[in-house]
Formats: sequence, structure tokens, C-alpha cells
Amino acid sequence: MKILVAAKRVIDPDARIKLLPDGSGVDVQSVEYKVNPFCENAIEEALALKEEHDAEVVIVSIGPDDVTPTIRSGLAMGADRGIRVESEDAALDSDLVARILAGVFKHEGDVDIVLLGKQAVDGDNNQVGQLLAQYLELPQACFASEVKVSGGSATVTREVDGGLETLELPLPAVITADLRLNEPRYASLPGIMKAKRKPIDELSLADLGITDTALKVEVVRLEEPPARHAGVMVESVDQLIDKLVNVAKVL
Amino acid sequence: MARILVFADHHDGELKKSTLQTITLARELAGRVGGGFDIVVLGQGVGSIAQQLTGYGAERVLVVDGPAFEHYLAEPSSKALAQLAKSGSASFVLASSGTTGKDMLPRVAALLGFGMVAECTGLAGSGSDLLYKRPMYAGNIIATVKVNTPGAVISVRGSEFAAATESGGTSPVESASVDPGTPKASFVRFDGVKSERPELTEADVVVAGGRGLKDGENFFKIMEPLADALGAAIGASRAAVDSGFCANDYQVGQTGKVVAPKLYIAVAISGAIQHLAGMKNSKCIVAINKDPEAPIFQVADYGLVGDAFKLAPELAEKAAAARS
Ligand SMILES: Cc1cc2nc3c(=O)[nH]c(=O)nc-3n(C[C@H](O)[C@H](O)[C@H](O)COP(=O)(O)OP(=O)(O)OC[C@H]3O[C@@H](n4cnc5c(N)ncnc54)[C@H](O)[C@@H]3O)c2cc1C
Ligand SMILES: Nc1ncnc2c1ncn2[C@@H]1O[C@H](COP(=O)(O)O)[C@@H](O)[C@H]1O
Repeated sequence: MKILVAAKRVIDPDARIKLLPDGSGVDVQSVEYKVNPFCENAIEEALALKEEHDAEVVIVSIGPDDVTPTIRSGLAMGADRGIRVESEDAALDSDLVARILAGVFKHEGDVDIVLLGKQAVDGDNNQVGQLLAQYLELPQACFASEVKVSGGSATVTREVDGGLETLELPLPAVITADLRLNEPRYASLPGIMKAKRKPIDELSLADLGITDTALKVEVVRLEEPPARHAGVMVESVDQLIDKLVNVAKVL
Repeated sequence: MARILVFADHHDGELKKSTLQTITLARELAGRVGGGFDIVVLGQGVGSIAQQLTGYGAERVLVVDGPAFEHYLAEPSSKALAQLAKSGSASFVLASSGTTGKDMLPRVAALLGFGMVAECTGLAGSGSDLLYKRPMYAGNIIATVKVNTPGAVISVRGSEFAAATESGGTSPVESASVDPGTPKASFVRFDGVKSERPELTEADVVVAGGRGLKDGENFFKIMEPLADALGAAIGASRAAVDSGFCANDYQVGQTGKVVAPKLYIAVAISGAIQHLAGMKNSKCIVAINKDPEAPIFQVADYGLVGDAFKLAPELAEKAAAARS
């Protein structure tokens, strides 16, 4: 079995985001990058499946050279090899990322499962997995909280509005990970050492036969939302009730 | 004239309020680009859902009814919407950003070759200079984006829009036929969360509990009387859900539901940015937390420092008295 995991690096999700003065983008000077949390769940799930089914796990990330540490961290967790597709962040939108991943899927040839994060916590787009599934005409199970694979199919439980839904998908299939899917492992020291020798292929869009690089969705400007100002502290439940009834008028 | 398709989100025979919020954006969009909208109802035995939607000014309510749509599946639903968009020359396809819209709309975008705007919170400009607002970075940044394709697929963040009210007139209900193909994925089962309370995203008052409530038993022992007293829906932080206090359906935040009720009461929730992403547009926020430094107090209109196990029951009792 071969599992392809798409991993994105994002600005540390707990850091304060600063904008460039003209609002044209985020100030990335001196930011710290982390692996997108949902992608860590995707990597962990691939490794759990590898332990059970003897799979090869390939990590793919699209971006400039500084996405390489993201691939390395997946390799250190236990993935077998990596692929970096060269691009600039600003030259990508969800649609192009999905078409590049479709190109990698075809380039690899015999992928059984593509695992992605359900969303990248920078753009919060939540669409690459679904777009990819459509471009490859594959079944999808998004927002997965449980994955079981046996006999050429995957049974996936999804976190949806109103409860949990279970689907069965013949392989190959696209699965996007939600946070409760698993608890990502830490890389061990030997894992980190071994990762240094694992291969990372570098591909260009041309290698994947992608010539149409026009963005479908383009950011025009970014701004901070109006700040919500802290209100007042009350001393007792009675005071709180008084405020809710007489000032906020919400009771 | 631009045509707009609005997907009607429904569950268990009930229309979701988010559909009416999506109609509000559709009306605004129609005004900005010049044109009208159709509403699409997919499902099995959904005639009554369609009937509920005839008063909102749609040019048509299109019904696709059949066994292929008994349970929602991404493949046939996205095919149906894309076919209806093509046959009606629609240049916009809208649905609420609930889990159905999130799951299905990108496939529609790929089928139509359109760009997709996720979690749209507003519009700007008009005609071919139309711009869209959407949150990024857990709502810490608002982006203005443009779509470079001849049409756009838009998921709509319901909490940002008032529910549409009926506008008079009656839209004709038409049954539409589509070829849903044979989906590769198959439905196995749905384990629903049953609750007599209002739906989290539809409630005027939400009370939400966090990890500070210790365990599932205490979570409900504290949150239920408070919800009863206020006629509220119950929400939770991710930590409360991860710790198994309550079902995933309760989660508010970047990864869960986005709510903007009149009143939001956070009980023993610290206020991580990922939680704030789901509730900071509430009209009035109350926080109860024993830690005076908890970040939730930075967004709360009213903060009360103390032990939730003592203060929440007292609040439930006194709020019930104040409301009666
Ligand atoms: C990618 C990503 C996505 C995420 N998405 C979400 C999301 O959608 N929603 C979400 O909520 N979180 C989300 N999180 C998690 C988030 O970062 C926090 O970990 C989480 O919100 C913490 O939940 P909490 O406030 O209940 O727990 P804690 O941070 O542990 O806070 C518990 C609070 O309870 C207080 N407390 C304890 N005992 C009492 C008592 N007796 N009386 C009063 N107060 C008491 C404490 O002072 C503390 O402030 C996400 C994280 C990541 C990385
Ligand atoms: N540049 C990228 N490189 C690799 N994977 C990506 C990239 N961008 C997005 N993805 C994948 O797509 C998922 C969803 O991203 P999005 O739809 O942008 O929120 C992420 O969790 C990743 O798995």
C-alpha cells in the first residue's frame, strides 16, 4: 500500500499575526513556522496505517525551500520519503495546490490513500482535499475522526453537524483529518537522525505537466478585524444579573 | 443577468436556519451583480422543505428528489449542483458553511472550473468588481479576495447574516432531474446527537463549558440548569470535547461551530484564540473563570472571577428568577 500525505507549514498558530503596513500580506520576518496541526494528524494516521498494513508513506509539501523542514519532521516521525514541489506561497491558491497534488498522485502512479489536513490554519480554506478528490474523481471522507482500512476499502467516521457519520470508500480515496483522529507522535532522536538520510525529491510544476498557474482566488488586501474591547468585571452574580437585565438588556 | 443557485441545507426533515442566512447573502449578491436566485433542495421526500422556501423571493425552488439523495454524499450532491448550475447558466453557487457545504462545495467548484470563497462574511464592490470578505488565521485577519473565474462558489458563514424573512409572492416549485452518477463512497450510518435544546448555531443564547468542569458528569450537572434557565443551547471548548465530556457537535471555535448569539456565557473556558474564533462576534459575552488572568476576560463584556461550581448554579437560579 502507498499513502501520500500532503503537509503544509503554517505560521505558529498561537503567535500573533502581524500585517505588512500596506495590508498586502502577513509580515513573515521573524515568524516561526510549524507543521499545520491537522497535517500532523494526517501524518500520524498514515504512520498508524503503515504499522498495520506495511505501507510506504510519502510526505508531499508545496512551497519554497523552507517547507523542507516540514517534510523532514514527517520523515522523523517515521515516513519513508518526501517530495517537495517548488513554488512560492503567494503563487498558490487552494485550487492550484489541489491540481499540483493531483499531478503528484499521477506521477507516483500507485497511491492507495491520500491523507490531508481538513484545513490549513493560516488560510482556513478547508477545500484542498475536496478539490483534489474531484480532480481525481475519487471518493472522499472529510473531517475524519476514525479510519479503518481492510481489503481494499476504508471505513471512515466523520465529525459532522449533528453527530458522527460513517462512510465506506473503495481505495484509492481521499481522507482529510480532523483533530480527534489521533494524537500525533513525537519524533524520537534516532528517528530524527534517520530522517536526515531519507530522500526528498524536488519537482517543478513543469515536471508534473502543470502549465495553467493562474490563480482562481486572489487576496486583494488583509486587515485586522475591529478589536473587541474588554468590558467590566463584576463582583457578584447579583451584579451580573443587574447588568444583563438593565444594561445589556439580554435577559 | 447573473443567476445564483442557493443550496438549501436541511437535516432530519428540518430546514436549517443557516439556509435563510444564506438567502440573505444571495439577495445582497443579486443586488450587486444584477439578477435573481433559485433555491435547490436535494434529498428524498423533501417536498415539505421546498414548500417552506417559496416565500423568499426565489425565481424558482428546484427540487431534486430521489433515493440517490436519501443520505447526503459528496459525489452525487456536487454533481447535481454543478449540473443545475450549468443548465441554468448560474454563475454563483452558494451554501452555508456547515459541514455539508464545506464537504460538497469545493467539488462543485472543481466541476464548474470556478474559484471558491470559503466562509464568506460579506461583499464589497459590484458587477465585475465584486469583492468578498472572509476570515483567515482563526479570524484574526479579515481578507478581501477577488475571484478570477467567470463565476464563484461561496460558502456562507451564517452567523454573520440575519435570517431572511419572507418577502411576499410565491416562488414556483419545480422538480429538476439530474444524473447523479454512481457514487464510489457509500453511506454506512449516522450517529446523531439528540437534544431537545435549540441548535447551537441557531440559538439566541449559548452557554459553553470548558475543561475546568472536570468531567462529563460535572459538565452536564453545571451546564444543563444554566441552559434550562436561559433557554440556551449548550456549547463546549475543544478541550471539553477531547476529554470526552460531550459530543463533537458541541464544539465552538476554529475547528467547530461559529456562533454569534445575543448572549454567550463561557464557563471555565480559558479563551484560546481558536475558541475565540468561534464566538467573539457574539453580542454580549459573559465569562466565569477562577483565573483573573484568563484571556477570555479580554473579550468579555462582563467577567466574573470565581469557582464555576458555585457561581454557575447561583447564576442559573437568579437568571431564571429574573426572566420569570
Ligand atoms: C488547530 C487547532 C484548532 C483548535 N480548535 C479549537 C476549537 O475549535 N475550539 C476550541 O475551544 N479550542 C480549539 N483548539 C484548542 C485551544 O487551543 C485550547 O486548547 C482550548 O480551547 C482550551 O479549552 P479550555 O479553555 O476548556 O481548557 P483550558 O485552557 O484548560 O482552560 C480551562 C479554564 O478553566 C478554568 N477553571 C478551572 N477550574 C475552574 C473552576 N472550578 N471554576 C472556574 N474556572 C475554572 C481555568 O482557569 C482555565 O482558564 C484548537 C487548537 C488547535 C491547535
Ligand atoms: N502548500 C501546500 N503543500 C502541501 N499540502 C498543502 C498545501 N496547502 C494545503 N495543503 C493540504 O491541504 C489541506 C487543506 O488546506 P486548505 O484547504 O488550504 O485549508 C492542508 O491541511 C494540507 O494537507
